[in-house]
Amino acid sequence: MSELESLYQDIIVDHVKHPRRQGLHAGATVESHQLNPTCGDEITLQLTLDGDTITDAAWTGRGCMVSQSSASILAEQLPGLTVTEVGERIESFRASMRSRGEIPVDEELLGDAVALEGAAKFVARVKCAMLAWVAAEDALAKR
Amino acid sequence: MSGIATADVLSAAALASIRADFPILGERVNGHDLVYLDWGATSQRPRQVIDAEVDYVEHRNSAVHRGAHTLAAEATEEFEHAREKVAAFVGAAPDEIVWTSNATEALNAVAYAIGNASLGRGGAAAAPYRIGPGDEILSTELEHHANLIPWQELAARTGATFRYVPVDDDGALRLDLLDGLLSERTRIFAFTHVSNVTGQVQPVAELVRRAQAVGALTVLDACQSAPHLALDLHALGVDFAAFSGHKMLGPTGVGVLYGRREHLEALPPFLTGGSMITTVTMEAAEFLPPPMKFEAGTQRVSQAIALGAAVDYLTGIGIDRIAAHEAALGHRLVEGLAAIDGVRILGPVEGVERTGVAAIDVPGIHAHDLGQYLDGQGIAIRVGHHCAQPLHRRLGTTASTRASTYVATTTDEVDAYLAALPEAIAFFRRLA
Repeated sequence: MSELESLYQDIIVDHVKHPRRQGLHAGATVESHQLNPTCGDEITLQLTLDGDTITDAAWTGRGCMVSQSSASILAEQLPGLTVTEVGERIESFRASMRSRGEIPVDEELLGDAVALEGAAKFVARVKCAMLAWVAAEDALAKR
Repeated sequence: MSGIATADVLSAAALASIRADFPILGERVNGHDLVYLDWGATSQRPRQVIDAEVDYVEHRNSAVHRGAHTLAAEATEEFEHAREKVAAFVGAAPDEIVWTSNATEALNAVAYAIGNASLGRGGAAAAPYRIGPGDEILSTELEHHANLIPWQELAARTGATFRYVPVDDDGALRLDLLDGLLSERTRIFAFTHVSNVTGQVQPVAELVRRAQAVGALTVLDACQSAPHLALDLHALGVDFAAFSGHKMLGPTGVGVLYGRREHLEALPPFLTGGSMITTVTMEAAEFLPPPMKFEAGTQRVSQAIALGAAVDYLTGIGIDRIAAHEAALGHRLVEGLAAIDGVRILGPVEGVERTGVAAIDVPGIHAHDLGQYLDGQGIAIRVGHHCAQPLHRRLGTTASTRASTYVATTTDEVDAYLAALPEAIAFFRRLA
């Protein structure tokens, strides 16, 4: 598989074509809007919480396939997780993304996000992959 | 300068000779020969420019305009000689050329000097430059953020009103609206010479004439023109202009502010401190005449000297030949892009004077993704909003894919991009 194919693999394409939990709605507990100033990619992520547990996640955004698929992948796995569990996932994903491919994405912990591993090899794309995850971190900090 | 033919345009032999001067053009990227089409973001440097900077650092490096030893005298002379070269290159006098860190700082120097005048600094001489509530600052929707935000901020600091000339659906300036926007209230009109997105050359002389008719100062963003076109700032009649060294074969860290002598003499400085004073007491300071009044602190000496060498290099080839070369490349680029299915060129296409800059939007495929594919082919192009968010928003996108040429660009490189682009589009269409 070429580096290009490893970046744009089937899971990514599937999330771009069939984005999960896309579309904002009223009643969310917290929200964060993140913008990548270098390319203008945007993600708005909403989280609804019951105590420490996320009961709903929704997002909207526009941008490249990496940023948009990453938002879909993250939003899909958030409901049911506690704030602590989300924090662990964000930290794990960030460590892999910043590792230039040295630290594989933990598939057991992060599910479909394993498909974003290719982005870690392209320094310019790490921000794209991280955008939604930063939004989640920021939204939870506002809790 | 290695042997350049004297034809009106660059011959293949001349171009090969020019390319041999640029060490980086021999690089391989991702298994391919580098096709560098991002000159508009930052230009590469020929050996002559690199050597001039190294030679200075190795043999004459010292503090300019202070100290009396031999090296300091040589450094000062070379530093000032670079200023003379740059002045001659853009049709200005040497004392109208202020070194800055970059074009952004140059534009801020004007905005802050006028802001300081508005606070009463500079005394009676600067009083005519004061602006405040009721006054207007005019810019355009085409601008790079560097020629936009400093004016928004100056308006916010002084209470003046910020206005702008919009663009039409094609990204051309709505000059038909200019008469309604320019009035006796307009104090400053800041606009770009060549858009860094559309590549269109704006009618500077006409814009200056109309601004002068209402008594407005003109500020020209020459970042995409000074490197690529013959520029005569005195003939254009602009009051201020800014451009950057690293876009014209020079190093980063050096930019240029041009200001008409009378303005630089009358205006108070932006940055203050060492190297720009005559007498300092514990109460106040008196300033040196321009340009040094605007050059506070240790200067970027080796960069300025290298920029002088870059000007020598450009002059050796001939800026008119470079402009003709790039106009041809620009038209080839735009014609090729227009023929590719699914590509929308940002900016007017037909019948406009342009440089070798073309930005495109491919609906359904994000610029970042296109750029990724092209990078895999060794083709370096710029993706993003190119520091022109309002223009992109007006043209209905957040990001575009921009190719930009310069003196060393070949038709083969333009063609390589034009050949790879449909492949890239097909790749992402297949995924979708």
